[in-house]
Amino acid sequence: MIELGLAPLSRALANGEFSSVELTQAYLHQIAQENSDLNAYVTVCEELALSQARAADEARSQGNAGPLTGIPIAHKDLFCTQGIRTACGSKMLDNFIAPYNATVVENFIKAGSVTLGKTNMDEFAMGSSNETSFYGPVKNPWDRSLVPGGSSGGSAAAVAARLCAGATATDTGGSIRQPASFTGITGLKPTYGRVSRWGMVAFASSLDQAGTMTQSAEDAAMMLNVMAGLDLKDSTSSDTAAEDYTKDLDKPLAGLKIGIPTQHFSEGLNADVEKCIREAIAEFEKLGATVREVSLDNSHLSVSAYYVIAPAEASANLSRYDGVRYGYRCKDPVNLEDMYKRTRSEGFGTEVKRRIMVGTYALSAGYYDAYYIKAQKIRRLIKNDFQKAFEEVDVIMGPTSPHTAFAIGSKNDDPVTMYLEDIYTIAVNLAGLPGMSIPAGLVNGLPVGLQIVGKDFAEAQLLNVAHKFQQATDWHEKSPVN
Amino acid sequence: MEWETVIGLEVHVQLATASKLFSGTSTEFGAQPNTQANIYDLAMPGTLPVLNAEALRMAVKFGLAIDAEIGKTSVFDRKNYFYPDLPKGYQTSQLDFPTVGKGQLVIDMEDGSQRTIGVTRAHMEEDAGKSLHEDFHGKTGIDLNRAGTPLLEIVSEPDLRNAREAVAYLKKLHSIILYLGISDGDMSQGSMRCDANVSVRPKGTTELGNRTEIKNINSFRFVEKAINIEVQRQIDIIEDGGKIVQETRLYDADKNETRSMRSKEVANDYRYFPEPDLLPIVIDDAYIESVRTTLPELPDIKKQRFQDEYALSEYDAMILSSDLSTADYFEEVAKACGDAKLSANWVMGDLQASLNKDEISISESPISSDALAGLIKRIKDNTISSKIAKTVFEAMLAGEGDADSIIESKGLKQVTDAGAIEKMVDEVIANNPAQVQQFKEGKEQVIGFFVGQIMKASQGKANPAQVNQLLKEKLSS
Repeated sequence: MIELGLAPLSRALANGEFSSVELTQAYLHQIAQENSDLNAYVTVCEELALSQARAADEARSQGNAGPLTGIPIAHKDLFCTQGIRTACGSKMLDNFIAPYNATVVENFIKAGSVTLGKTNMDEFAMGSSNETSFYGPVKNPWDRSLVPGGSSGGSAAAVAARLCAGATATDTGGSIRQPASFTGITGLKPTYGRVSRWGMVAFASSLDQAGTMTQSAEDAAMMLNVMAGLDLKDSTSSDTAAEDYTKDLDKPLAGLKIGIPTQHFSEGLNADVEKCIREAIAEFEKLGATVREVSLDNSHLSVSAYYVIAPAEASANLSRYDGVRYGYRCKDPVNLEDMYKRTRSEGFGTEVKRRIMVGTYALSAGYYDAYYIKAQKIRRLIKNDFQKAFEEVDVIMGPTSPHTAFAIGSKNDDPVTMYLEDIYTIAVNLAGLPGMSIPAGLVNGLPVGLQIVGKDFAEAQLLNVAHKFQQATDWHEKSPVN
Repeated sequence: MEWETVIGLEVHVQLATASKLFSGTSTEFGAQPNTQANIYDLAMPGTLPVLNAEALRMAVKFGLAIDAEIGKTSVFDRKNYFYPDLPKGYQTSQLDFPTVGKGQLVIDMEDGSQRTIGVTRAHMEEDAGKSLHEDFHGKTGIDLNRAGTPLLEIVSEPDLRNAREAVAYLKKLHSIILYLGISDGDMSQGSMRCDANVSVRPKGTTELGNRTEIKNINSFRFVEKAINIEVQRQIDIIEDGGKIVQETRLYDADKNETRSMRSKEVANDYRYFPEPDLLPIVIDDAYIESVRTTLPELPDIKKQRFQDEYALSEYDAMILSSDLSTADYFEEVAKACGDAKLSANWVMGDLQASLNKDEISISESPISSDALAGLIKRIKDNTISSKIAKTVFEAMLAGEGDADSIIESKGLKQVTDAGAIEKMVDEVIANNPAQVQQFKEGKEQVIGFFVGQIMKASQGKANPAQVNQLLKEKLSS
């Protein structure tokens, strides 16, 4: 049963084909089999999961079941979970147990879902390969010598390896879409502000957005139904009304206008990946869509702007990890400065420290205008590029990543090479737009992801576009699990 | 050389909101350490700020009261620095787009003169917690109850020219915030804290000298003393050929000296940037007007009204209007007794003196405004003289009842019976022939002696006007 996606599982539970307890046990069994090698989970909540599953079955027997009741899911380990460690991939929070739930977590509890555990991730969501985690790299279920992508590599691998029905994740510069692409699953990053950030350990506040990792667009729609909406605890959450994201799934695509950004099919894109993407787009034409080129003139600036803004915000967001109130504190500090220095030197990993340094530098007196202010101007230009393109097209499509998953350890020497991993995804975060990655083919047996970007709050349309493609193709059903 | 002092004040006012600036935690003073700090105040991962609408309303109210530009779009920024009682590692404040822009304040000097002092800006920010260095055996305790309490930082232009002006500015500010009800303004509890930027320059020049910032001066008196001592220190250094180092200094009230805290050159680069967890605050005219309707009558307006409506002198009107409770008390007395001048004299005189002596505020006065009005009525209708009134007042203070019952029980009613007074006059004249002789020889001031004798004989109850008149008649005959 675990090979099924979230939507079919929901129907099977509703039909009484099996119980949530049976389903949960099946996942726990699979996790026990696979996780020691894959390293997708950093925490497995066996007892909690089973008690939630029993409660879900009980609720169902009393006629109180919703679509997500009894569905076993996993949370990226940066969503705070009351009573369960939230380590964010860092030694700094290795001992941190939040006394509260993130709004996202709370929403799934209210929906009756089962929490299988917390998934591995790059430290503080900083990374594109899941290799910066204090808990070690996650392996790609398609080829265990490869990375699953990052930073939501644990959630991606868990879904791809059928260790959960779906997983929450977050995307600051591509952290949902790139791992979804590398592991052959469907990743959805909603519009900035669509899902509450309350209880989500912050990396870059103006870019962070919670989303979903699932087998299909339909699964994603069902999860988003639980996650989306205004949260008064998050001042940046949007009061644009949330919708039933499943309602438009089957809308025909006739007349859909697809934009193909010239800049996303240029130098650096692997030829086989390009072929997959072009074939996928041709499939959309068969479904009645029209395709035209659009230009995102400033997209070449997106990585540079991002690596000023995100580290700048991160440098402040991570100041709270000072050893005073919770989290890691160095041994036997001799004075305050010693405590600060050693706590942060010992508690943070290399990539996190690099970004704190970069961000601190970018905000420093004398550099602020040249870096931070300039980056914000570029951000505005990038947003304008998208707005202009969306005057002509409904969605924008292209590759999620220039290539398929790469080998563990192969890109660790040069941070800039790693930063360029997100070349197609970062602009979407800077513009705050919703984006997806859906499986669009295989190259040498490895998944290729198609990125679909929509207008602000057009999640329902994105999911419709993805769903129709998945109805017409079977790439999303390809699995590394036999 | 003659020197001119240039002073600018930065005043932090704790806004009297029920909860903190960005969290729902109570702001009540005096709770057990760390019992008023929720997960946001503790900067737990993933927690987010939500602006307290009441704090915004109070800031705008203050802006309107000082005729300031109100920022229709104000932006919170992060001010980054590490300190154990600053849980997030940054203070959420406002840098480029404060809620309150340029405004002004008219200060009243003791000689009755007035000056207009520019207010550069007033911005909202959160307070830090407290570091407690005692009782922890060489370690430091952190109390985060205060962390996140809303502050309004009010920054003046460098328009103040001496310590007395600085105090007058501070008193006016204090008066306004109490009028507005946006803070309890209690300097001893830190609800109002003052930093003074002080520099000196040769009189007649316009270039500013190097300034020092004196931190956290916690009373009006210390503001005056700290500035004076700092000005003298600076002048001494310059006159000895030295230079003023731009730095932060701490005022030590015990030693009456300022001393260096830290040099600005090595001060933090705060790396301000817009707070991404909060959207810019956008307010419209309708909002501003709705706040304007809640403005009370402000001290300057009230002062003018007191002059117009009660024919008070400018000085009396200023004293009575500077404190809202005093102003209200005075008006209640004046209305109830119908004599504003007498009311003003009693409120500013005997009542204030007794309150000062007992170190209590007028709102805690043992004599209510009604009771004081009752006393003044008896002066006005000649039941008692002003002198006897003081005796009655003392008895009222001692809790012996209201004016009428005290007059009754102590038999203090003024003697106005012409026959009785005449009898006393005759007796005094008969018993003091020498003084009568002096009077007849033209030494008219001796009449005071007779009045005194009669008042003594009547235990102060004889009507002085009647006594005077009769004496003059009898002595001159």
